[in-house]
Amino acid sequence: MSMIFGVPLAVLSGQLLIGIINGAFYALLSLGLAVIFGLLKIINFAHGAMYMLGAMTTVLMFDYLGVNYWVALLLAPLLVGAFGVAIEYFLLRRIAGQDHIYSLLLTFGIALIISGVLVNWFGVSGLRYAMPDMFKGGVNLGFMFMPYYRAWVIVAALVVCFGTWFVIEKTKLGAYLRAGTEDSQLMQGFGINVPLLISLTYGFGVALAAFAGVLAAPIYSVTPVMGSATLITVFAVVVIGGMGSIGGAIITGILMGVIEGLTKTFYPPASSAVIFLVMVLVLMFRPSGLFGKEA
Amino acid sequence: MNQPVNSADIHKAIVEEQAAQDRKKMMLNGVLLLILLAAPFMIYPVFLMKILCFALFAVAFNLLFGFTGLLSFGHAAFLATGGYTTGYLLSNYSGLTTEMGIIAGTLAATLLGTGFALLSIRRQGIYFAMVTLALAQLVFFFFVQSEFTGGEDGMHGIPRGELLGFINLEDNLNMYYFVLVVFIACYLLVQRIVNSPYGQVLKAIKQNEPRAVSLGYNVDRYKVLAFVISAALAGLAGSMKSVVFQLASLNDAHWHMSGEVILMTLVGGMGTLLGPVVGATFVVNIEYQLSQGALRDWVDPILGGIFVLTVLAFRSGIVGEIQKFVKKNLG
Repeated sequence: MSMIFGVPLAVLSGQLLIGIINGAFYALLSLGLAVIFGLLKIINFAHGAMYMLGAMTTVLMFDYLGVNYWVALLLAPLLVGAFGVAIEYFLLRRIAGQDHIYSLLLTFGIALIISGVLVNWFGVSGLRYAMPDMFKGGVNLGFMFMPYYRAWVIVAALVVCFGTWFVIEKTKLGAYLRAGTEDSQLMQGFGINVPLLISLTYGFGVALAAFAGVLAAPIYSVTPVMGSATLITVFAVVVIGGMGSIGGAIITGILMGVIEGLTKTFYPPASSAVIFLVMVLVLMFRPSGLFGKEA
Repeated sequence: MNQPVNSADIHKAIVEEQAAQDRKKMMLNGVLLLILLAAPFMIYPVFLMKILCFALFAVAFNLLFGFTGLLSFGHAAFLATGGYTTGYLLSNYSGLTTEMGIIAGTLAATLLGTGFALLSIRRQGIYFAMVTLALAQLVFFFFVQSEFTGGEDGMHGIPRGELLGFINLEDNLNMYYFVLVVFIACYLLVQRIVNSPYGQVLKAIKQNEPRAVSLGYNVDRYKVLAFVISAALAGLAGSMKSVVFQLASLNDAHWHMSGEVILMTLVGGMGTLLGPVVGATFVVNIEYQLSQGALRDWVDPILGGIFVLTVLAFRSGIVGEIQKFVKKNLG
């Protein structure tokens, strides 16, 4: 067996793979945060709860309605996205003119309610979601074993990330979004329905989180509290990358996943902390973030 | 109505009114003090001490959030650092008197707060909140993995010991009056800070930071100092809490605790002196009442609901709304 730095290649590449997958989740989640932040200028503290809702709806729809994975992949983000639109319309909009701190606190309260209610219904021990049949097994790449599902997660996350980047940077709708980020009043003056755009943006960002949740359901333990710890890590990722660019959010997410995976191989005790340590370093030497423009 | 108006008369009237207001305030404070002194004879002292510790925690947080405009989402780290340090020292070095352990815990939190402050003021607004949250998570991981904290089990059986070597704190009444004295001292300190020229600059930073910068203030220095004082007082609250309950646990370090102190401050009234005290009393009571009844599993969602309601309907909090009401109807 070939070794690299005293670690078997298979172990190293296995951890790298897990790192890339975790990174794909960080990328999807920080992308959603960045999209919401762009137009609404708020940090969505309910993002972790929405990710969790995506995973929970997938499991529950399967258990009670027999909805399969592929339908869930479409339906869960739609449902959670609609929920997000409702939250924006009924709650966030009411404090739109206020200090952004309030909307942050509001979404924090919403997250407490959602996860608290679900903990009561389902407890904190994980729900099981069976791996879809077609993803069972994997392929031997010679130096490592690649489970099909993991490969799928990477592909799906990258496609969605790239699609989002494309829509925002290259299409007319994206141009509206970017213009709204610059000056939403002027946009309104041009006859564009900004409130609707804001609702849909929040819904879309939240749907991205739910999509990540569906992807996570077969490989992570699905619990009502799965979102909160992930969200804090994603915050660190966002601080590292800055929310200035969509591409930056994606790259930083995957990079941090890989660093975490490598740490797990070489020095396991630090693996849960390493992203936060990177954040400290970035704050010391490049306070505006790797891709950020403003402080 | 057309009486000649003498400016000296007006001045006299203003002075008299001021004096009357001061008298009212003094009386109010006196009544409050009497209530606090008599309270342990009517209510279980440990419960009162819990309120006082959380009130101090919220007062500390409010100095930063309410008066400087910096939302820290990581204050649990200071509460826990104070608690664990004091707990560890008092458990392992029997020669230490209680107040020495508490001072050491406060110092540890102050040090940590300095580190937090220097890093987090490099970003502003919501980034500041995210950085503090992430740093606190780092501290949380450290406490989870450290041996001395007892990990998931927590630190138990911390001796209350003797204050100054001769006041037995195992006695709940002694303990209560000690906590009360510390609390009042800290409250007065924060009041003094807020009303000092330094406090005025903090308010100016809160209202409009670029303006404060252009007036020539080194804003970062003011912010760091406010953060450090706030962290120190939060650590003191944690130290006292660990002595009172003879227990320090991971709950204190969890982000949940950082959220709770925000809620206390917000519900009571951010940016008011009495607000955090009222808010802490309110939240601790609600949690206690809920935990006794049929809704005991619903504490989190209910707290979340209070959060949402407060933000939507009464952002000024209990004390803030009362002040507004008094100003409108009686002023």
